[in-house]
Amino acid sequence: MAERLTKSAARNVFYGGTIFFFVVFVALVAQSHSYIVTKSSNDDKLTADVKAGKLVWEEHSCINCHTIMGEGAYFAPELSNVWVRYGGREDPEGARQALKAWFESQPTGIPGRRQMPQFNLSEEEMDNLIDFLRWTSKVDTQGWPPNKAG
Amino acid sequence: MQYESQRVALYYFGGALALFVAQVLFGLLAGLVYVAPHFLAETIPFNVLRMIHTNALIVWLLMGFFGAAYYLLPEETENDIHSPKLAIAQFWLFLIGAAAAVIGYLFGIHGGREFLEQPLWIRIAIVVVALMFLYNGTMTLLKGRKTVVANVLMLGLWLAALLFLFALWVPANLSVDKMYWWWIVHLWVEGVWELIMASIMAFMLIRLTGVDREVVEKWLYLIVSLTLFTGILGTGHHYYWIGTPGYWQWVGSIFSVLEVLPFFAMVVFAFYMVWKGGRDHPNKAALLWALGTAVMAFFGAGVWGFMHTLAPVNFYTHGTQITAAHGHLAFYGAYVMLNIAIMTYAMPNLLKRAPYNQVLNMWGFWVTTAAMAFMTFTLTFAGVVQTHLQRVMGMDYMQVQQEIELFYMYRLGAGAVVVIGVLLIVYSLVVPGRRQAAEAPAAE
Ligand code: HEC
Ligand code: HEM
Ligand code: HEM
Ligand SMILES: [Fe+2]
Repeated sequence: MAERLTKSAARNVFYGGTIFFFVVFVALVAQSHSYIVTKSSNDDKLTADVKAGKLVWEEHSCINCHTIMGEGAYFAPELSNVWVRYGGREDPEGARQALKAWFESQPTGIPGRRQMPQFNLSEEEMDNLIDFLRWTSKVDTQGWPPNKAG
Repeated sequence: MQYESQRVALYYFGGALALFVAQVLFGLLAGLVYVAPHFLAETIPFNVLRMIHTNALIVWLLMGFFGAAYYLLPEETENDIHSPKLAIAQFWLFLIGAAAAVIGYLFGIHGGREFLEQPLWIRIAIVVVALMFLYNGTMTLLKGRKTVVANVLMLGLWLAALLFLFALWVPANLSVDKMYWWWIVHLWVEGVWELIMASIMAFMLIRLTGVDREVVEKWLYLIVSLTLFTGILGTGHHYYWIGTPGYWQWVGSIFSVLEVLPFFAMVVFAFYMVWKGGRDHPNKAALLWALGTAVMAFFGAGVWGFMHTLAPVNFYTHGTQITAAHGHLAFYGAYVMLNIAIMTYAMPNLLKRAPYNQVLNMWGFWVTTAAMAFMTFTLTFAGVVQTHLQRVMGMDYMQVQQEIELFYMYRLGAGAVVVIGVLLIVYSLVVPGRRQAAEAPAAE
């Protein structure tokens, strides 16, 4: 390495550069934060039901089998667009009933097929969870996922 | 070993190795569920197996880092650990917290954010553990010689602890939640943990090759500069599709491609030091692990990271088995191997065993590394087929999974070999070798 670069110069480059890039990053994240809550995510529709639904989602750690917006585990279907896959856009009530029926009929017990546990969710928990999934499906994710399969 | 207080590192290394075995065993169970889906489905569902697998990984890696720091700080700062008692108390709190978390998981007590499933009070205990370390480590550093190696290591650990504070806050808006979640996950593994990695590598290379500290420390600054200049804005490669603005596709793509540079620099650094130093250190296995770390981190993080990091590619591969392939090789190559490297270097010194079971340890290296590479290949093939069928053709998820079943069988086989390799490594580090007395004494 260049002999001219002294150790203290190298140190200053490191700290100075790091602070510079971190400041830029914080500025962009702050802008993105405001973009999320004002534009992309319908933050105003983040009702108490949706929030409660997110808590149900967390309590049962669905994330360690499923992905949502492409993040999580790869063992079970993507869920950010499950509302769309179940036809929620055309027939919200039908999709809701179908999802409830899905939760209630787990595990399927089909031989050789992956199993989703029975969580014994109450009617209210199911409604909240479905509200959360519906809210999530409406976030503007730059066109992702590429198709309905998720 | 030159300072009595370095011995506290043994607690951490022992705990880390025990959790390493548990981690790969739970990985094996999770891999088995992919092949035999009804296995354990009613008793320990897949999500619980997975969170134990990943949490055990993170905890033992951190435990190894703490052990490495307690081993390295006295030699770098030229004085004893500020409080060995506090270090031991910190170890037990960490181990008990981890054990309590795992037992809770088995009974369904957990949160729902990936990798951060610990209940709130465990997360608070982790913060306390970190504070105990930071106090102890910083006091040790302040009292003694402030080398670049020690400074960068402590900076890395400080920043890791500060970023972990984001784990205490769970935003109600899923997009906001995800955006800050990456401040822990990405800024750890592609930011501050790389500082820890680079400083531990520098420490080992100084000892193993005998190269002048001045040269090593300039390289260290180069590597950590490249890391943070690219890795901070590189976080953008996780901000493509989660409700964040479109410009991240540019920022994330450009900076995360540059993230390959520090990993490449690490390879050049390691091999150049060995070539330049020419010291014939008796601990051959430690050198093998140190060089292996640089190379496998470059492949796992650098090459496998690059493969799916450009936004137009990631649009199709996001959240498929490609991600799992990369996650495995990157974590293994960078942080698992680093930890085994420092343990292979330090444990014979701490236990006053002359080079010990070196040959067995090197077998462990080759078996585990080859099996992890094979596992990565099978997951990569699975991921390519999955991406095409599901993301391009639009075939249903569960149907696609049936098409790639064969790869999961291969993954399971590779995983079983990984477990054997890990047992070899642990045995070689813990159990004294039969011919140890006959071999040359370990150099410090
Ligand atoms: C142990 C793993 C596991 C956990 C935990 C889990 N799931 Fe599932 N889930 C599955 C599997 C496997 C399937 C696909 C089953 C099938 O098609 O036969 C599935 C399917 C679904 C589907 C239907 C998807 C579709 O496109 O047809 C929904 C909706 C769903 N899960 C929601 C949830 C929610 C909400 C939670 C958390 C409360 C959850 N799951 C937790 C494994 C899991
Ligand atoms: C030291 C070795 C290992 C490391 C570092 C490691 C690391 C990881 C990581 C980081 C994840 C999360 C992946 C992600 O979110 O992308 C994961 C998941 C997983 N690992 Fe491992 N692992 C190791 C060994 C194993 C072994 C031996 C097996 C056995 C087959 C295994 C099976 C799995 C499975 C099945 C998952 C879940 C993947 C999914 O969500 O579909 N792992 N591992
Ligand atoms: C040692 C360093 C690294 C480690 C330990 C690591 C580990 C991981 C893990 C575990 C994930 C999955 C996270 C999840 O569960 O959602 C991931 C995702 C990702 N990593 Fe890395 N990584 C490293 C370096 C890199 C580098 C250098 C790049 C780019 C060049 C990269 C690119 C990516 C991308 C693009 C994703 C998102 C994948 C997706 O869209 O599903 N990683 N990484
Ligand atoms: Fe990343």
